[in-house]
Amino acid sequence: MKKLAPISILVTVALLGITSYFALVVAPTEATMGDVQRIFYYHVSSGWVGMLCFFVNFVASILYLWKRSPASDALAAASAEVGVVFTGVLLLLGMLWARPVWGIWWTWDARLTTTLVLWLIYVSYLVLRRFSAGGQTQVLAAAFAVFGFVDVPIVYMSIRWFRTQHPAPVIGGGENSGMAPGIAHVFLFTLVVFTLLGAWFIWLRYKLATEEQALESAHTQAALKGVA
Amino acid sequence: MSTASITRATLTKDLRMEWRSKDAINSMLFFALLVVVIFSFAFNPTAEESRQIAGGLIWVAFLFATVVALNQTWARELRNQVLDAYRVSPAPPNALFLAKTFGNFLFVIVLECLMTPLFVVFYELRSVGPVWQLIVVTLLGTWALVVNGTFFAALSIRTRSREIMLPLILFPISIPALLAMVDATTSVLTGEASPDFWIKLLAVYDIVFTLVCLLLFETVLNAE
Repeated sequence: MKKLAPISILVTVALLGITSYFALVVAPTEATMGDVQRIFYYHVSSGWVGMLCFFVNFVASILYLWKRSPASDALAAASAEVGVVFTGVLLLLGMLWARPVWGIWWTWDARLTTTLVLWLIYVSYLVLRRFSAGGQTQVLAAAFAVFGFVDVPIVYMSIRWFRTQHPAPVIGGGENSGMAPGIAHVFLFTLVVFTLLGAWFIWLRYKLATEEQALESAHTQAALKGVA
Repeated sequence: MSTASITRATLTKDLRMEWRSKDAINSMLFFALLVVVIFSFAFNPTAEESRQIAGGLIWVAFLFATVVALNQTWARELRNQVLDAYRVSPAPPNALFLAKTFGNFLFVIVLECLMTPLFVVFYELRSVGPVWQLIVVTLLGTWALVVNGTFFAALSIRTRSREIMLPLILFPISIPALLAMVDATTSVLTGEASPDFWIKLLAVYDIVFTLVCLLLFETVLNAE
């Protein structure tokens, strides 16, 4: 496994380079928005990876509550952190795109607000993990993760009551939706690469979390021996 | 003993303690009063403007005051290891949770009843829509804050710097409920829109999170 890490770094960096080349150079310029539209490739891909991470976090948390295995707790912690990073990137890129296209950095529209609340919920999940003591962290965090995940559809319902400004879904969003073939190919490629990137981040963070767990239990064992 | 009788016993004990000390209600009341006065200085609204912003002001004041009460919920059970005694007893954990939630609900409702006249006086409020809808919104909204708040207070009692922790985890989860309360209150006060959607949303929020709390409370109480 140790040998795999440097190779996976190289492969990921190479893939990211190719993605940028495709997105910034090869893909055709969008008709109305111009070059700003190229943010879309990164924006949507980050969003996708963020949501995927939160879903993994929910499943891992349920698994932890059920089986109490340290591995699923490590996975939950890893995916929440990576999810917060990718969702943060999603929000920032969205603002960069909105300024030239909408003329504003931010608006309290349904999808923007839902994403922001989602991001806030998982930041508070990380704060809870950071502040809870020793052996209780896992259970408290897993319980909170269930609350967070259950809250998301309710947040979306409540905020949809406001006017929606975000562009309609490009894929399967009705008659005028859909992408030009050149854009679609680049988009799909970016999506795959970002998913790999997210998976790789989670994997690294997961390994780190299991190392942390091993270290902590070694400390506990040493302390117990000292007492006896 | 059944769940109901244990719930009743714990609730009676909490209410009696509160009646004798009046710790929670006094600190909540004074806190909410301060928020009302400070908001009034900060915004200095006319009667027409205050009808537009009152929904937000009232609920933010109640939310902050609720956190003051919630922080005291479990703190008194830590003294003399009452919580540990409860964990080893065969009493159902949800009875304890329900008793605490009902207790907090009563405290916050009492606070709201005492504070509402003050809001009416300070902000010259008069409702254009039917007042009974405000009562429904208040009952559902208070339950939404209190049920999650009591649960998260039990979470945050296990953490370092617990008093700061509670709002940090409670506020993000409560955003949809808060939005519903504020918008429903504003639409009744101004009489410009129907609060029906928000009342339904609050009801759904209450049901969903009451169930999640009851499902998970035992796990959290016994977390080691």
